[in-house]
Amino acid sequence: MTWLRRNILLLVSLAVLGYMLIPNLVVALFSFNNPVGRYNYTWQQFSTEAWLNPCGAQGICESLSLSLQIGLIASLVATMLGTAIAFALGRYRFRARSATNLLIFMPMATPEVVMGSSLLTLFLMMGVPAGRTAVTIAHIMFCISFVVVAVKARVATLDPRLEEAAADLGANPTQTFLRVTFPLAAPGIFAGALLAFSLSFDDYIITNFNASPSSITFPMYVWGAAQRGAPVQINVIGTMMFLIALFVVVMGQVLQNRRARAAA
Amino acid sequence: MAEIAGVAGPGVHHAPTKRANWVPYALLAPGLIWLFVFFVLPMITLGSQSLQEGSVEAGYTFTGNVSIYVDALQKYWPQLVRSIGYAATATVAALALAYPLSYYIAQKAGRWKNVMLVLVVAPFFTSFLIRTLAWRTILSDTGPVTHVFQVLHITDLLQFLHLTNNDTLLSSKFAVICGLTYNFLPFMILPLYAALDRLDPRLVEAAGDLYASPWQGFRHVTWPLSLPGVVAGTLLTFIPAAGDFINSRLLGNTQTVMIGQVIDSQFLRVLDYPLAAALSFILLILILGLVTFYVRRAGTEELV
Amino acid sequence: MAEHEAGDLRLVGLTKSFGEFTAVQPLDLTIPEGSFFALLGPSGCGKTTTLRMVAGLEDPTAGQILIGGTDITRTRAFQRNVNTVFQSYALFPHMSVIDNVSFGLRRRGDKDFKSKAQDALDLVELGHAAGKKPNQLSGGMQQRVALARALVNRPDVLLLDEPLGALDLKLRRQMQIELKRIQQEVGLTFIHVTHDQEEAMTMADTIAVMNAGYLEQLGDPATLYEHPASTFVANFLGQSNLLRARITGQAEGGLLTADVHGEQILLDAKNVPEGLTDVWVGVRPEKLGLGEGAGRNHLRGLVTDVSFTGVATQYLVRMPWGFDVVVVQQNDGSARARLGESIALSWDPGREFVLDAAQSDLAGMDEVLVDG
Repeated sequence: MTWLRRNILLLVSLAVLGYMLIPNLVVALFSFNNPVGRYNYTWQQFSTEAWLNPCGAQGICESLSLSLQIGLIASLVATMLGTAIAFALGRYRFRARSATNLLIFMPMATPEVVMGSSLLTLFLMMGVPAGRTAVTIAHIMFCISFVVVAVKARVATLDPRLEEAAADLGANPTQTFLRVTFPLAAPGIFAGALLAFSLSFDDYIITNFNASPSSITFPMYVWGAAQRGAPVQINVIGTMMFLIALFVVVMGQVLQNRRARAAA
Repeated sequence: MAEIAGVAGPGVHHAPTKRANWVPYALLAPGLIWLFVFFVLPMITLGSQSLQEGSVEAGYTFTGNVSIYVDALQKYWPQLVRSIGYAATATVAALALAYPLSYYIAQKAGRWKNVMLVLVVAPFFTSFLIRTLAWRTILSDTGPVTHVFQVLHITDLLQFLHLTNNDTLLSSKFAVICGLTYNFLPFMILPLYAALDRLDPRLVEAAGDLYASPWQGFRHVTWPLSLPGVVAGTLLTFIPAAGDFINSRLLGNTQTVMIGQVIDSQFLRVLDYPLAAALSFILLILILGLVTFYVRRAGTEELV
Repeated sequence: MAEHEAGDLRLVGLTKSFGEFTAVQPLDLTIPEGSFFALLGPSGCGKTTTLRMVAGLEDPTAGQILIGGTDITRTRAFQRNVNTVFQSYALFPHMSVIDNVSFGLRRRGDKDFKSKAQDALDLVELGHAAGKKPNQLSGGMQQRVALARALVNRPDVLLLDEPLGALDLKLRRQMQIELKRIQQEVGLTFIHVTHDQEEAMTMADTIAVMNAGYLEQLGDPATLYEHPASTFVANFLGQSNLLRARITGQAEGGLLTADVHGEQILLDAKNVPEGLTDVWVGVRPEKLGLGEGAGRNHLRGLVTDVSFTGVATQYLVRMPWGFDVVVVQQNDGSARARLGESIALSWDPGREFVLDAAQSDLAGMDEVLVDG
């Protein structure tokens, strides 16, 4: 009984973690399903057919490729814009600081429906056609704020004395940035870029408002599949995404640990 | 790792030191201009659209007819109220689930901290649509969860509470709220974790030294100090949940329609742009009200 | 890159204001080439600001900075032949020790950076740590790396911003002697900023005492100690007993008579500034002897505190007018006093310093000792 009491926090925590991860497990499990009918909700029989033929469903790999392309561009641009803002906020004192903070925060706080629909109205008014460009522009927009948060957190831990020391030792501003500031800020920038990419890749609502029939992203494909009939390949791709991302993160951690252990 | 959560890593926090010359403005300009053109301007056009009249074929003219807002509210206040209700319930549920987990990771996990943080963020690695679809499988009528709930008569309880319509779990309020809670749980966990990570355990020890029971220690020391994280998590959960419609589309029924769905369908199917714009704006104002209330009390520095 | 201009460092009317607040009042100072110079003062006195202006990390509001004949006021930090050892060391955490030390050399395109950096590390006795990262070193070692990193560039002026503050006492004492040795060996101009007067007196050839943006006094340690020009300097460097006195007349042998709360004492006329009548007579604690035999001036009081500090014993002797005189006597076997004992203190004229009574006798003392 006391064992229970002592470990109750751990048990609850594990239960919550389980709650969060069970859908991922279900997705993985059902990627081996061989469903009857259009939908993949009930288990029929084990089959590796979908894994052997991941692009089997029509349009799925095209949508995946489109999402990757948009994700890369959006992540790149958002990271550049967001990193600049984060440095300004983290290093400098300037007027209109509150206004800037608010402007950065609002996209994170605004419901996607509102952002997507408002962009649609703007694009209609400006005559910008729906499609990849519109979607990419939209993605960059809502990713900037998240990049700012990630990079700013990192910049805040950078000792400004280090940049002074670099200048003191003869490094001009460019050299200081390249050799001292940027390497130290890099983990935060990388985290911001990663975050931007995942947000862009995973977005449905804003994308849906601004896409055209010729620009179906992966989430849009999945949504359509939920209405029309979900091929098992969706689960396959979902599971593959999960494993790849998990691998990247774990590798990152291992490398970090190894570096820390070498220094100790 | 924690940086992915936008959470400040360990180390001393250095306040901004350099006085402004042109450099910060040059750094800010590109990003802020982008945000202005593609975030602020659309909001303005949205507002202006809501005050226009006409149709897609005939074109729109600006009439400044504010009565559309009244119309929108009259027609769709149930969905608005419902959205707020669902979001609030999901937020409270998320807080209840997130707090123990965040506390454990921040204070008790030791060398498992990073592993657990990875596990918290891991669900993100699969597209959220796919994961939400998975809930259809989990709660399906023929699945194990439904069966167990039926055996334990939990389904009867849920039906009694009007959370479900019959003795199944899908296509119900219950499923929608479950989905909402699930989807936004990480947004509650990470800010909470950040706040609890900064909590000095010696403060709780000091409370105990001064005769506080564990519960009192929590109530008077831990909880108040974690409040910034609670508020941040609440905002980051409630706001997107209120505007969500994916969960209610996939897991609900015609009685669970949320305001997000209405806006979506008005925009993309019915093509009644002014009405849709008005509804969007109403939702936005509501949320702005909440944010203002929070900012008034806590300032803007903690937002970003 | 600026040419190597040897020569004295001159500050001409150097001023720094932040809005309404003036951190450094117009400062005129000449620091001879190759000397070990200390800027001494309490926190907030402007010494660090002055240092940063010389380094180029702060822009002066007015005035000039010259090295030799060259005006470097308008140059930026990375263009100056001035290097700083920062208080927090500011070692680049992502670079190894040897990369840190060679940073400045590489920025200037010095091809020989590897061997020069290794030599610098050997000079500070850290040659073996070249491949390590800063976070693997102790505080004392990091401080020496910071020193090597600055020294290796052979700057015209080396600035040290309270570099020993984070070290424990024994290590600090050691480093003080080390720094002095290195400065003499290398022959560069060192400017050392500190609030520790003992440290300044130990290391520096010349000390500039600063207070609230102003330069109080400039001189070598002995002069500042024995002949402080103000009560601030008198109290800030070591301890002083300031006795309120009134000059009453002249005596033979170049002496003056003065009245200290009813007691008659003699002063050396050379120590008394012209034209003063109401004065502070300052006598350092070590100049006072117990008993009447140590000199012609006598005061009598009650011993209220006896503190044994190893090398010496410090007494507090309460005078009839309520003032506690501090007496420090070496534990060399001479006469001791006991708590509560009524004793005489004596000293010879000429061992005192005299200041205008208009100055506050509380200037330069720690906040905590001042009450009421």
